[in-house]
Amino acid sequence: MANVISDETIEYVGILAKLELSGAEKENAKQDMEKMLDYIDTLNELDTAGIEPMSHVFPVNNVFREDVVTNGDGHEAALANAPKQKNNSFEVPKTIG
Amino acid sequence: MAKQYETVIGLEVHVELATKTKIFCGCSTEFGGAPNTHTCPVCTGMPGSLPVLNKQVVEYAMAVGLATNCKITQVCKFDRKNYFYPDNPQNYQISQLYLPIARDGYVEIEVGEGKKQVRIHEMHMEEDAGKLIHDEWDDSSLVDYNRSGVPLIEIVSEPDMRSSDEVISYLEKLRLIIQYLGASDCKLQEGSMRADVNLSVREVGAAEFGTRTEMKNINSFKAIARAIEGERARQIELIEEGRQVIQETRRWDDNKESSYAMRSKEDAQDYRYFPEPDLVPIVISDDWIAKIKSQQPELRTEKLERYKNEFAIPQYDAEIMTGSKTMADLFEATTAICKKPKKVANWLMGETLRLMKEHAIEADDLKFSPENLAKLVLLTDAGDINSSVAKEVFEKIFTDDIDPEQYIEEKGLKTVNDDGALKSAIETVIANNQKAVDEYKGGKEKAIGALVGQTMKAMQGKANPAKVNEMLREMLK
Repeated sequence: MANVISDETIEYVGILAKLELSGAEKENAKQDMEKMLDYIDTLNELDTAGIEPMSHVFPVNNVFREDVVTNGDGHEAALANAPKQKNNSFEVPKTIG
Repeated sequence: MAKQYETVIGLEVHVELATKTKIFCGCSTEFGGAPNTHTCPVCTGMPGSLPVLNKQVVEYAMAVGLATNCKITQVCKFDRKNYFYPDNPQNYQISQLYLPIARDGYVEIEVGEGKKQVRIHEMHMEEDAGKLIHDEWDDSSLVDYNRSGVPLIEIVSEPDMRSSDEVISYLEKLRLIIQYLGASDCKLQEGSMRADVNLSVREVGAAEFGTRTEMKNINSFKAIARAIEGERARQIELIEEGRQVIQETRRWDDNKESSYAMRSKEDAQDYRYFPEPDLVPIVISDDWIAKIKSQQPELRTEKLERYKNEFAIPQYDAEIMTGSKTMADLFEATTAICKKPKKVANWLMGETLRLMKEHAIEADDLKFSPENLAKLVLLTDAGDINSSVAKEVFEKIFTDDIDPEQYIEEKGLKTVNDDGALKSAIETVIANNQKAVDEYKGGKEKAIGALVGQTMKAMQGKANPAKVNEMLREMLK
């Protein structure tokens, strides 16, 4: 139980995740994150010296597709669950960046 | 004395690859489809969908890497770049951070006093985002995911450029290489080539770089030059006033000719990259690299030398003919038909460049066919039309790609080679222009010009001026 998540960290993570958290939610999130980091500390007890970092769990490389069009007009399916749509497009709150 | 400042510039260039399908799914990359018609569960980020890498993307990226003297990363992989924005349906972009496809290259650019190397730090593959259209009337934005998942390579240079001229030379060089490889059409206006400019200033002689800013949204060579000048001036002013340059991303507004800070503190740039678990690593063998190398088409430098040798055209002509892939293709195809390389080059350098300027278009937008230009060259060469008619016909070829044979037939522009008709026209001109005739006979050589002009007019421009000149002199003896 060594890890302590500061108020600043929880605030920052909230900004990155675009979440507005209430005071109580922040406290809960802090405790969850502390527990997660403690768990990672357990893993860190293993000696990994000399072990090459693994980039994938499967011993498989080079899975490719050829450059051939296989999909047709997908707009109906794509928009089927859109909360709002207009002109064949997803309608979202005005975003300029 | 006022302090002297040096501008230090590095570029991040995004290039849309010319594949038929997206990077991770079989959706078409064709430009201009109705919104969201080129989409599927993969490129709209639906839960449970899995990306599969397009092999052609890797091959194009390798080809560009090799042509820019990079080392290919023989074990490379993708990473997730996390950010939330409506143009990004997965809430992450699949990109490469730790093991990009190519590194440590350079391109050579021409600068005032010679050549200079601009080093390439790295080149990575990634997917493009969707497009946001802002509704003018509603308080909403519309999202089109047709572009989501279109393959990009991002080419990151070292901060090796010192002026907007060097930046433009570098971009033109990259564009030529990539176009010649066929890996992209590199159209700045259409967004298939986009440049972000990292710029800082420092006092001449300073060892350390100043604080840099990144400018986005620059989509023409002219805008790049203006953005660089504008940002340089802004940073110098801050420094002179004793204020700090803040490291930030700025958006260039070419209409206002100024930039503004893009991301506020609420949008901290912390992408929390991690290895992409949905894609397996790419292992590139020596054989694969050798194969891509062997398929490399002739690049500009080689083409330029070949044109000088094979077609016996001067250095200057060869430089212009190889200045864009379209121009080179047009030159070669036309020459193959009419076998008059120097004459073809003259049309492409003279009238073509003049009309391109007049119509404000780039070489890539040229629409006329080599067949029609070849016909025009042959018609002119055979003396069937004179040079002023040829220019008129060429304008029609340039704008409407007309068939010159048909056109001169319809308009009756063919040079009259009937000596009788020409002779009687000259007789009339001599009879009606006594003054000029007397002047010529009195030794005023220039007076012949007026008589040639009158005869050409009488022949409605359809005579060969050299021949008119010759006959006039003969008849005035």
